[in-house]
Order: sequence, then C-alpha cells, then structure tokens
Amino acid sequence: MATPIPAPAADAWAAPVPRRAPRPVIALDRVRKVYGQGEAEVRALDGVGLTIKRGEFVAIVGASGSGKSTMMNIIGCLDAPTSGRYFMDGIETGELDEFQLAQIRNRKIGFVFQSFNLIPRTRAVENVAMPLAYRKVPRRERHQRALEALDAVGLSARAGHLPSQLSGGQQQRVAIARALVTEPVLLLADEPTGALDTHSSEEILDLFESLHARGRTIVMITHEADVAARAERVVRMQDGNIISDTGAVR
Amino acid sequence: MIAESVRFALSGISANKMRSILTTLGIVIGISAVITLLAVGAGTSNMIKDQIGKLGTNVLTVNRALATGGRTTGGSATGTRTQSTNLTLADQQSLDDPVLAPDIATTAPVVQAQAITATLGTSTHSITSTLGTTPAYFGITNFTPTAGRLLNDADAGQAVVVLGNSVAVDLAANVSTLVGQTVSLNGQNFTVAGVLAPKGTSGLNDPDDVAMVPYTTAQDKFTGYSPSLSSIQVQAKSADVMTQAQNEIQQILDARHQVTSANRDYQVRNQAQVLSTATTTTQTLTILLSAVAGISLLVGGIGVMNIMLVTVTERTREIGIRKAIGATRGNIVLQFLVESLIISILGGIVGILIGFGASSFEIAGIKPEVQWWTVWLSVLVSAGIGLVFGIYPANKAAKLRPIDALRYE
Ligand SMILES: Nc1ncnc2c1ncn2[C@@H]1O[C@H](COP(=O)(O)OP(=O)(O)O)[C@@H](O)[C@H]1O
Ligand SMILES: [Mg+2]
Repeated sequence: MATPIPAPAADAWAAPVPRRAPRPVIALDRVRKVYGQGEAEVRALDGVGLTIKRGEFVAIVGASGSGKSTMMNIIGCLDAPTSGRYFMDGIETGELDEFQLAQIRNRKIGFVFQSFNLIPRTRAVENVAMPLAYRKVPRRERHQRALEALDAVGLSARAGHLPSQLSGGQQQRVAIARALVTEPVLLLADEPTGALDTHSSEEILDLFESLHARGRTIVMITHEADVAARAERVVRMQDGNIISDTGAVR
Repeated sequence: MIAESVRFALSGISANKMRSILTTLGIVIGISAVITLLAVGAGTSNMIKDQIGKLGTNVLTVNRALATGGRTTGGSATGTRTQSTNLTLADQQSLDDPVLAPDIATTAPVVQAQAITATLGTSTHSITSTLGTTPAYFGITNFTPTAGRLLNDADAGQAVVVLGNSVAVDLAANVSTLVGQTVSLNGQNFTVAGVLAPKGTSGLNDPDDVAMVPYTTAQDKFTGYSPSLSSIQVQAKSADVMTQAQNEIQQILDARHQVTSANRDYQVRNQAQVLSTATTTTQTLTILLSAVAGISLLVGGIGVMNIMLVTVTERTREIGIRKAIGATRGNIVLQFLVESLIISILGGIVGILIGFGASSFEIAGIKPEVQWWTVWLSVLVSAGIGLVFGIYPANKAAKLRPIDALRYE
C-alpha cells in the first residue's frame, strides 16, 4: 500500500525498540480514512496519531459520527486506512495481504461488539472455541480452553446453552470469553454495554476492570460518559480528529 | 480444517432442515430418474438379446406383403397385373432346392388358426397363436419337448396337437399328465402328442402361448383348403450365410411370382435384424429419456445454487463474525462448498437408493437391471453439481468484506 508519509515521522515506530520500553500494542501514524469522492467526500479520520501501550485500558469517546467506529475498524484490521500507517503489535498492517490480516485478527485481537455477535444455533462453548478452530488447535484442547475462558467470565454453568437461551449480559460475557480464548494482545470493544441494562453493564465493566488489573490491553469505544469514566485513559474524538487525550504520551 | 468445515456445514444444513430436504429433492429426482431409466434400457436390451438367442440367429421368415402387390410406379394407373398375392405350399417346397438355394437348410410352412380356445374338463385357455405346420418347424424355431414328443411325418392329417408350455400349465397342474389325453380345440378333439419346454417370457409376447397341429390337420379343421400360407419359416445353413439365403429366396420367389424388387408381394425378414433394429430404437429412446432426466438434474443443481445464495445472504452477519475472529477466505469458501457438496451428494445417494428401489419392479414386462457404472457416475455427477453450483455462492460469501458483513441486518 502506498504510504505518502515523509521519512522522519516513521522513525518513532520503525526504529529498533529499546529493551526497557516494550513495543506499543497500537500505533496509529497520521491515519486518514476518506469515504466517497468529490462533493460526497467524508473525512471520517483526518490524520489521527495514537499510541496505546501494553496493559492500558483506553476509552474512545465522542459524538455520533465523530469517527469512532471507523477507527475501531482500522485498529481491528477489518478495514484499511486511506493513508497513514498502522502498526499492530509492531507489525505494519499496510503491507499485509488479506490472509495475513485474518491471522492478525485471529491471533492478536479479541472483538467484543455492541450486538454480541454470537453465531446463532451454536452452543456457547462452541462459539467460544471457534477462533481456535481457525488456528488449527486440536478439538479436545479447543474445548478445554473454551471451558476455561467461560469459567473466567463466570459462565461455565452455561457452556451448553444456545445464544437464544442466554440473557444479553450473559451473551456479552460469552462474547468476551470468545475474545479472550486466543490470549490476544488487544481486547477491542465497540459499545460493549450499548445494548445492556444498567446491572449487566456494571457486570461487564467490572469484568473489564478485573481483566485490566491482570494486565490485559483494552480499547473500548463508547459514547456514555459514565462508562468512559471506568477506563484509565480517555481519548475524545470530534470530526475525525482526537481533541483530547488524558494519557497522551506525546 | 476439512473436518471443521464439515461440522460447520452440517450445522448449517440442520439449521434449516425442511429447506435442505426440499433442495435435495431436485437432485434425488434427477439421479433416481437417470438410474431407473438406464436400468430399464439395460433390461430391455437384455430381453431383446435373449429373444434373439431363442429365435436362433439363422432364421428367416417369408411373409405376405399386404399392400405392395397392387401398387405400380408411374403412369400405369390401371394396375392390370394379376399377381398371386398368396404364399403357397408350392412356394415353400420350391425353396427346398439344394441347387438354386444351396444356403437354405430347411423350410416349414405355417398357417395360423384364429381364436382357438383349448378345453380340458373345466380348464380352458385361449391360445394366442395356433399354428398348422410340419415337423421341420420345431427344429427351425428351437422348440424341444418337455413331455411326450414333437410332431412327425406320420401325424399329417391326424388330430394331434403339441401344446406350448403356457397353454399346458393352464390345463393341468402336472403337464406330463396331458400327454395322450384328449383336449378340445374350439370343440374339436385332439390328442396331445407332447408339451414343449418353456422358452421363458420375453416381455413383449409369450413365446410359450402356442399350440402346433399338423399342417394338413389345420386346413382340415380350422382354416379350410385355402392355398395361402401365413408365412414360411426358413433356416439358413448358418448365421454367416443369412444374406445369401435371403437372396436365394428372393430369386426363387421373384421368378415364381413374376415380380421384381420394386413390386414384391412378399417380404423376407431376418428376425435377428428386426430385433437389433428394436435394440437400436430402445437405445435411442433410453438416451433421450436420460437426457430429460439429466435436464432435471441440471434444474436440481440450479436449485442447490439458489438455496446456497439464499443461505449466504441470510448468514451474511455470521460470515462477518467468522471473518472478524480470524476465518480466511479459504475457510469460508470451504464451509459453504462443503455445505452444497453435502446437500448434493446426500441427494445423489438417496437418488441411487430410490433408483434401485424403482428398478426392482418389473416395468411393462421388462426387468430393469441397474448398471454399476451409472451408480458411480451418479455419485460423481452429484458431487460435480455440488461443486459447480456451490462455488459461486461460496465465493460470494468469501469475498464479503467483514465490515460490510458485520453491518448487515
Ligand atoms: N461506509 C461508509 N461510507 C460512507 N461514509 C461513512 C461510512 N462509514 C462511516 N461513514 C461516515 O464517516 C463518519 C464517521 O463515522 P463513524 O466512524 O461510524 O462514527 P461514529 O462511530 O463515531 O459514530 C460519519 O460521517 C459517517 O457518515
Ligand atoms: Mg459508531
């Protein structure tokens, strides 16, 4: 992919990483995403730079249309930026083909969606085990690890249930178990509490906090202030730009 | 990963059982129709081959040609020629000529008596074909006795009859008890000289539903002294000289009837030829019918493709999820391809079983015989259908972009 970026800017990311400072999980370098052309052109991201280190719990907030989902898609390797560079765990994603991007998603990222996105008519434990199937983990081990992941979110008793037999909060916890089963470097959540009642939302956020306490890197998109308040760092977006960042490193 | 794709595909199929069954039905009907039709075709050709064997490959039949005699070509509108349209005993005897017809072994005259019913006590049987003929007939047509004897020269003019097996079993439980008994044919008493061994049914007609009486007796009792024969049976010296024998018959009879090849009042037929023509016709018919069945397979395949496209659309979101958690294009293609393969091959297998079931019945007197090659072909064809008609939907699914697929409601 063409990267019309002047050389010096890249140094911060491309230079050998010092031993004491581990490479960042996410490094966005002047990332732009433009939808449409001419009159209809929309700059969903307008040259965003953002670095998230291992172990951070970051909330990305902003009004509707500010570019949060676009950023999430790029961070999640579901979409490519129009220009700029994105390093995922030190790997420049612009140089990867579709197959390699699928592998990055499988190995390095765990997704949690607003609408849970479990596969219907498929038991909870099988939903959780599915990412492992795509990396050729043997069936028995897959099942074992899926049960452990379900145990970690407190749902081992519901392993055999279908998504339709679970409450919203339970479904979201199954989704979190699925995101965690591959031991990813990043947990990426898009409005994870958006479809839940207050009580369930609290449960999910408690879960995130405890995961954060155990060293997980979490990026959570939300538009609710009280949800964002649970994060360690808040990145605020507006019209495709970051307008404030409580934990800015630069 | 294949095992995994099969598992995913099976859960996809079972999620919509009724729809999967209906989709499979198209393949089931196509495959079972192909198998059954080809089995019927094979059965028919077996039967015809059988019949050729029974008739003997060196038998020629001379028949009267009913319409040719009066017709003349061109301007001779009056048609004044007076021709014998009859086939006479003298015609038959003229063919037994070692000089003019060196390739003819024997001949036999045949007169046909109409609507004869045999009665013995309370049992009756309406005989399909009652013939008046000479002893040579049995040798020509390969009939042998199972009880008693055949006709001999001493029987001429006597009221004796040889019964075909189908006639005999209708008259008596144990056919050998019939020999020497008196049966009535249309009210006239005949002594049973013998019962013929069965030739076995050949589907179109029963060669054992016959009775033979001496030629002169038939004239005496049934047909009257009309000089006309129904046919002359001719045996050539071997199957290799059929053409020569036919030419000799035509030379002799053309001279006797004063006709040429343009206006012959008789017809020489080679039974084996007649039957091989029938075989060709059957084969053509089989191919045609199979082509129709093949078209129904094609329609079935389009049905599979249609349902796979619906499935892909319905499961767009699922595809998005799978891609987000790491499924590659190959994974998605495999999942949907395996699904269409399973539907098609399952349809193929059920179709084969139904084909076998349908072929175990006798259809219009024909015993169908399933050809093993059609079974293997069916498995291949149904797998091929699954692949060909599954690849497009599977590709369509794999090409979906995860963000678009995830946004899909
Ligand atoms: N696929 C798309 N095509 C065209 N415009 C889009 C598309 N996705 C998002 N946009 C536009 O980009 C901007 C940012 O959208 P989005 O990232 O979804 O914002 P948020 O998630 O913060 O609501 C919006 O103006 C939106 O209309
Ligand atoms: Mg959004």
